[in-house]
Amino acid sequence: MSESTKAILAVKNLDISFRTNAGVVHAIRGVTFDMEKGETVAIVGESGSGKSVSCKAIMGLLDSNAIVNSGEIWYTYTDENGQTQKVDLLKMPIKQLRQKINGQHIAMVFQDPMTSLDPTMPIGKQIMEGILLHKKTTKEAARARALELLQLVGITDAEKRFKNYPHQLSGGMRQRVVIAIALAADPDVLICDEPTTALDVTIQAKILELIKDIQQKMGLSVIYITHDLGVVAKVADYVDVMYAGKIIEVGNVNEIFYDPKHPYTWGLLSAMPDLETDDDRLYSIPGSPPNLLHEPPGDAFADRNPFALAIDKKAAPPFFRVSPTHIAATWLLHPDAPKIEMPKELQLRLERARKEVEKYL
Amino acid sequence: MLKYVLKRVGLALVTLLIIVFLLFWLVRVMPGNPFPSERMNDIQIANKRAEMGLDDPVLVQFWRYITRALQGDFGNGTSLYYGVPINTVMSTAIGNSFRIGGIAVLLGTAVGLLLGITAALHRGKFLDGFCTVFSIIGVCVPSYVFLIFLQYNFAFRIPFFPYFFDASRFAFSSVLPSLSLSLFTMSTIARFTRNEMVEVFDSDYVRLAASKGLHGRRLVLRHVLRNALIPIVTVLAPLVVDLLTGALVVEKIYGINGIGKLMVDAITGEGIDYNYVLALGILYSALYIGVMLLVDLLYGVLDPRIRVSAKGEEA
Repeated sequence: MSESTKAILAVKNLDISFRTNAGVVHAIRGVTFDMEKGETVAIVGESGSGKSVSCKAIMGLLDSNAIVNSGEIWYTYTDENGQTQKVDLLKMPIKQLRQKINGQHIAMVFQDPMTSLDPTMPIGKQIMEGILLHKKTTKEAARARALELLQLVGITDAEKRFKNYPHQLSGGMRQRVVIAIALAADPDVLICDEPTTALDVTIQAKILELIKDIQQKMGLSVIYITHDLGVVAKVADYVDVMYAGKIIEVGNVNEIFYDPKHPYTWGLLSAMPDLETDDDRLYSIPGSPPNLLHEPPGDAFADRNPFALAIDKKAAPPFFRVSPTHIAATWLLHPDAPKIEMPKELQLRLERARKEVEKYL
Repeated sequence: MLKYVLKRVGLALVTLLIIVFLLFWLVRVMPGNPFPSERMNDIQIANKRAEMGLDDPVLVQFWRYITRALQGDFGNGTSLYYGVPINTVMSTAIGNSFRIGGIAVLLGTAVGLLLGITAALHRGKFLDGFCTVFSIIGVCVPSYVFLIFLQYNFAFRIPFFPYFFDASRFAFSSVLPSLSLSLFTMSTIARFTRNEMVEVFDSDYVRLAASKGLHGRRLVLRHVLRNALIPIVTVLAPLVVDLLTGALVVEKIYGINGIGKLMVDAITGEGIDYNYVLALGILYSALYIGVMLLVDLLYGVLDPRIRVSAKGEEA
């Protein structure tokens, strides 16, 4: 993805540390990505890679021990007078961010629907709250809109459910309500932080369908944070692969799934369960992510990378461009690097997957 | 819901009846008797025992006691204020204790909540530390020590408040004891409120509310405080009873004719006054059970999860 002037959201060189009892943890080490209107971007990576923190920074929801060292988050929107505004969300005072951006322009769906609804407030009221906050409407109109939203997210009996408390609903229903709350004030950007992780597999698919459906109906741009490559394949246009606080590969969904360039992405794809593998054991990337209390010199993935070059230990690789939309940060792409292909097993697998997909096209 | 309430009230009454019986029996088996042995000989004591019906079987005595008590008659003093109906003495004592305790409850809860909320809103900053230190001191210092400190400074060195309780200047002379009694409640509530609020602030649902665009006072009032209040009610209840039933030592030191002082006198006087010990025991138990019942019902109002499960019981 190139630097685009049409970007609705552009994160530049985001760099965040956390003060902890053990010391300062450098969790986000220069994250850059952007998205255009109507796009779906998936940020993938294992736990602790900084996916959630990046998105919390966009929402102004960082914990109090976070230090933003540098970075910009440019957001372009149309204000109530029809003027196009471009603002840096990181520089915005929190009060202004809440009043002007959160909810009505950028909204978020959280991971765990069991804990993200206020247990002491009926769900209808929780949806109405966002509407009344940002839209100049009467209570009756807000109520009507909330009922509409409940129907939109697929809750039957909206009228009856309106007065229900969260504990009276199932997990899947609660996540639908959380989505309705996020949509309450017609946002342009929806951030979904692992929206299906806490749900049953059968419900997962339904929720993903729902978000996709709503995205088309309302023209939303969606950011998915996930470690589930299955989700990515289903919903994303573009994929940002994150590792140890950095984005290490960016590409459209086909490039990432069929022609990955970074050894970490190879590892992630190999770790996906597959029905037809000869090997009984599920592949896992050896080792564990680096402790960002002590930042490794060079490439953070070098220690776990079977294809690591000597230079990986000394200098962090820059991005190398593979195609106009595909970049990867690995020294393997340097013109002087030895020619190393992805593992044979993975190659066969991706080939198989491609044929499988072509059958359905 | 009504059925649930009635059931709870019924259970409370049964509990109280059992407690009254146990109290009655315990008072009878307690060593000592209502008569000052130095001034009465055995024949006099035997006559008195017969007159007061103390030689009847315990169950007979209990039946007599409970039928009278249900009509509001708790008997007369036997060694303390001999012959004067207990109700007369007790109503004055209850009045004093409840008024001083009531002020302490209100003061302690209001200031405690305020301190706790302030600390939570300034988490990790100076005010938070200040409130924490204050509440640790408040929990550690016994109320009577604080009372002596107040007496020394604001009644003796600066003679502004009366040194001892004076019923004719009630408002004025209840300041020092109420203040010293409220300290513990204040600190406990402050600590609890702070911790609960900090926890709720960290919850996903407050994050979701913030992501809707809620901020500042609205966020705190609508989502944080309500959820933080639920556990606070639990701690508040026994504190209220403790304060209302009079702190034994504070009343004694400040010379307040309250029920705490009455209880001490009834046990440590010339003879044990059975009727006072019983009547006060019943009062304490009834208050405790009553407040706990109130808390349970209040939970239903505050926490919809409990309200509905109560409904489930009804069905």
